[in-house]
Amino acid sequence: MATMASRVPVAKTYKLYIGGQFPRTESGRYIAFSDASGAVIANVCRASRKDFRNAVVAARNALPGWAGASAYLRGQVLYRIAEMLEGRREQFTAELVREGGTKRRAAAEVDAAVDRVIHYAGWSDKYQQIFSAVNPVASSHFNFSVPEPMGVVAILAPEEPGLLGFVSNVMPAIVGGNTVVALASESRPLSAVSFAEVLHASVVPPGVVNVLTGRRDELALQFASHMDVNALVVGDGGDAADRRRIRYEAAENLKRVIERTDVDWRSEAAASPYRIRDTQETKTTWHPVGN
Amino acid sequence: MVKAMDEPARANALAFDGGWTYSPAPESTDHVRIEPRYGLFIGGEFVEPAEGRWFPTVNPATEEEISQVALATDADVDRAVQAARAAYEGAWSKLKPLERGKYVYRLARIIQERSRELAVIESLDGGKPIRESRDIDIPLAAAHFFYYAGWADKLEYAFPGRKPGPLGVAGQVIPWNFPLLMLAWKIAPALACGNTVVLKPAETTPLTALKFAEIVRDAGLPPGVVNIVTGAGETGAAIVNHPGIDKIAFTGSTEVGRIIQRALAGTRKRYTLELGGKAANIVFADAAIDQAVEGIVNGIFFNQGHVCCAGSRLFVQESVADEVIEKLQARMETLIIGDPLDKNTDIGAINSQAQLEKIRSYLDVGRAEGARMHQSSCPLPERGWWCRPTLFTGVSQSSRVVQEEIFGPVLAIQTFRTEQEGLEKANNTPYGLSGGVWTDKGAKIFRMTRGVRAGVIWANTFNKFDPTSPFGGYKESGMGREGGLHGLDAYLDLGE
Repeated sequence: MATMASRVPVAKTYKLYIGGQFPRTESGRYIAFSDASGAVIANVCRASRKDFRNAVVAARNALPGWAGASAYLRGQVLYRIAEMLEGRREQFTAELVREGGTKRRAAAEVDAAVDRVIHYAGWSDKYQQIFSAVNPVASSHFNFSVPEPMGVVAILAPEEPGLLGFVSNVMPAIVGGNTVVALASESRPLSAVSFAEVLHASVVPPGVVNVLTGRRDELALQFASHMDVNALVVGDGGDAADRRRIRYEAAENLKRVIERTDVDWRSEAAASPYRIRDTQETKTTWHPVGN
Repeated sequence: MVKAMDEPARANALAFDGGWTYSPAPESTDHVRIEPRYGLFIGGEFVEPAEGRWFPTVNPATEEEISQVALATDADVDRAVQAARAAYEGAWSKLKPLERGKYVYRLARIIQERSRELAVIESLDGGKPIRESRDIDIPLAAAHFFYYAGWADKLEYAFPGRKPGPLGVAGQVIPWNFPLLMLAWKIAPALACGNTVVLKPAETTPLTALKFAEIVRDAGLPPGVVNIVTGAGETGAAIVNHPGIDKIAFTGSTEVGRIIQRALAGTRKRYTLELGGKAANIVFADAAIDQAVEGIVNGIFFNQGHVCCAGSRLFVQESVADEVIEKLQARMETLIIGDPLDKNTDIGAINSQAQLEKIRSYLDVGRAEGARMHQSSCPLPERGWWCRPTLFTGVSQSSRVVQEEIFGPVLAIQTFRTEQEGLEKANNTPYGLSGGVWTDKGAKIFRMTRGVRAGVIWANTFNKFDPTSPFGGYKESGMGREGGLHGLDAYLDLGE
């Protein structure tokens, strides 16, 4: 066969995704990421605390617009994400294979990721009806309870599967009007960064989803203790001591901690409106109806 | 035809404090039976505390001791948890859900039958006006049991696609501001969902919980389904830290809530926390001002301001601020402070000396920060713990009396011009339990009630409660809901 490739492939630079932009980490640090043969395939950003804080600012700024967007619009934006992902199935499959999976398994994961986005897109204007109530109070008042987004949700994505685990945790948070800062799987980070490009192409408003890559043990407690984060989703990963420290730090601002360990993300049962509800508050409103 | 009011009638209508005198109208206490001493209610009977220690519970209106109650230590809590576990694994989880519900209905019925007695004891032990304990606390407590009793055999309808089941033993710690009502909020859903409970009432208001223990016994509940242990913070900590408990439900301060979340980190225990608040009550110029003034008074002076959802921050649109404050001060003058058992009393005793000292320290802080303080001139009884209704004006967003929960009859007043400014000021707090909006414009009501980041919003009303209505906070006001369908979730494992 040929001794030299006739065309030199163009390698991708894997960056962070913060506030609708793709910056490198402000720290200048990287993690060399190799394939099974040992060849370096990417220098992934090793995000710093400062990157995380910037991402939270971006998420907070994006919150009023996204939480205030109509359910119909959020549904269409999510559907658009699925369309964009569908068109790049081969790219994502190849990327997952480079991270160490078989082609068949990688393709199945990408297909499942598309389907999961579709699933949550459809919930955008329905979960409210499932989880709302008109409450028959005894006094002369009209009283109802509706879900509202918790606000800024930090997500420690599951280690595995890299793409599907990421999608399965980010989608239920944003379809409910939250904005997100998510740390990609440490061992399989590539597809999360590529997924950020899909989000960008889908015109998800800047700051609604912010994607970091880096060391989980370096950032997890920052995620837990940040005072402007309303909820923390802990995907698989970390041991019991790690989860204890996370919950301990989260108490500083009574942050909601949603632990999702031992979930088979490849199963269709992993998709559920209750995962949307996990990052919703219930607001109850009273108004007199007579004298 | 509306007849014009003649001059003397008009004068009478406005001079609330001049034209009327009220004779004492004390509620009778002769039908109330209080033992000189109460043990712990464990495994269906009253038992002596392991270490033989007791503490007094005091009438805050007279500073006189009412009774002695047992001080539960770790050994007692352990005994109560074991009783609850045995009851859970024995009788309670083997009951058909409808039968379980019937027991809870019985509790509701007996509370109704003994409501007058319970109301008097609530006012004696806690200092709240009999009008409130009689018309609000006790009826709502009964209603809460009645509501949740009916859920016992219908749980799967509340959570489509799930298989709800009980958690096991619930440890519950409640505050002193609504003693029996908070007990009902905790115990009713826990039992209806199939759990057994160990509950600790607040150390200053244990009596209605101990009366409730009698009701549990009289209702024939299987021994150990409900256990009541009395004591202070250490007893609460023993419950929180007991490894045999599956779920902690706490109502109290944000500070203690934070400690509980830390203590539970790394355990399998679930928790719901109903914590502090600093609610904004927002009055627009287009509101019905007289009704708004009533709402402000109810918002902050209800139950001496010992209310986590009290409307303790008032935001008045600038153009009506002078009018609202003037009317509010006039209305405050009419409030009668005194004997909690008197049916004319509007504001009862401060629950404890410690709480009175805390409130007074905030009055000092407010003045030291440069705020103007106004208090009503109502005479105070010579004995007991009392605080006049108090307003602060001239405060800023950063004032401690604006930022911190005082838990007393103290209102901080600020003004705003635009809707946006009102909303931003209202949301400038780590708390998010409740809020109020007063306006006659429908669209504005919905914009504002959506915009306020809090779990319960009252529009053109305030401080309304109902067992069907979920209650609970955003942000640092806690997590989880109590009441309504949403309140079931706190006591269920939803399965897969």
